[in-house]
Amino acid sequence: MKKFIASITFILLFSAYALYQNGTVSNQLLAASTTTAPVTKKSVATTAAPPPTKTIASAASTGQGTFKDGTYTGVSANAYYGNVQVRATIAGGKITDVTFLNYPQDRGTSRSINSYAMPQLTQEAIQSQTANVSGVSGASDTSAAFRQSLSSALSQAA
Amino acid sequence: MKETRLVMGMPVTVEIVGADTSARDLVFDYFRTIDERFSTYKTTSEVSRINAGTHPHSAYSPEMREVLALAESTKKATSGYFDVYTPGGALDPSGLVKGWAVNNAAKLIRAGGHEHFWVDAGGDVQTGGTNEQGDEWSVGIRNPFNGNEIVKVVYPRGRGVATSGTYIRGQHIWDPHTKKAVSSDMVSLTVIGPDVYEADRFATAAFAMGNSGIQFIESLSGFEGYAIDKNAQATMTGGFPAYTEKSSKENP
Repeated sequence: MKKFIASITFILLFSAYALYQNGTVSNQLLAASTTTAPVTKKSVATTAAPPPTKTIASAASTGQGTFKDGTYTGVSANAYYGNVQVRATIAGGKITDVTFLNYPQDRGTSRSINSYAMPQLTQEAIQSQTANVSGVSGASDTSAAFRQSLSSALSQAA
Repeated sequence: MKETRLVMGMPVTVEIVGADTSARDLVFDYFRTIDERFSTYKTTSEVSRINAGTHPHSAYSPEMREVLALAESTKKATSGYFDVYTPGGALDPSGLVKGWAVNNAAKLIRAGGHEHFWVDAGGDVQTGGTNEQGDEWSVGIRNPFNGNEIVKVVYPRGRGVATSGTYIRGQHIWDPHTKKAVSSDMVSLTVIGPDVYEADRFATAAFAMGNSGIQFIESLSGFEGYAIDKNAQATMTGGFPAYTEKSSKENP
């Protein structure tokens, strides 16, 4: 019986060791695969220095053909995390472009990728999809601050 | 048929497959009663009367007591990162009420005998069964830099989906430890949870954790997340990719 218990103990210990080793190895592999990420991230960070220009066509729907052509800069509106300021471009009486001159991004510089380096987490650059979906979930840029800055830009164009 | 109405200051969409309009009306009526009670904008709401000091604790409605109890347990579950009290001490339960209300609406629909439905309020989504065509419901994750675009498609398969972001009525997201706005690179965090109530409250709390929020979601069992930072870089949890693929129709 004593021998049996000893064998069981040995098997259990060995299994635990094997599992531990496996875990370590796969974690290392995953950690190694994530260390390549900072290069991409850095290049993105530098090229993204000016806020991205985004076209928000639907924002134009309310004032179809009613605005004077030109470029108008809205007030800098407080979005709690920082300021949001937009510039609206009107062509042919419609909003053709809304550019973020400022959005909350100055808090905290680009942090080390290591803060994300958990074994299971993976990264990718976001990419626009064209799929049809039943509905949408997301941070909306039609927030109060965005609307405030945009409407002040548009009031100059009206 | 799908119908969207503006309730609680946000678009609310309800679709109940195979049901007549009265089933939808019931759901919209429910959202209206929630808005009357929990709106921070309406001076007559119970929340506003509590904040005005004209509504004693003894007079709180059962719904208010339930929400406050849920808020308390969520605060504990998130190390204080979720708090329905603002830095100024005012009650603002909107970080929890939306998901809670959508979840209750889903229960209401199921209680009416309907298993195939979609309900969402301001991007907090709960689905049941399949859509009119018998396909899986799909949820697009909005591009935080361009509201007209989606950057991911997820198939929640009956689980809840909610997103917290910098541009969504941001006031309810703040760091309870520093008592300040969060310093974070994250602009959008989408969470898939057991139901929309769970997804919403943990999305709110994890967003308040800043860059480590996605790690918090990873540490929770039954939750997956997709975080987008200010450089348009996304970080996703280990189990997230499984929700971006349609289930194979092996068992029709």
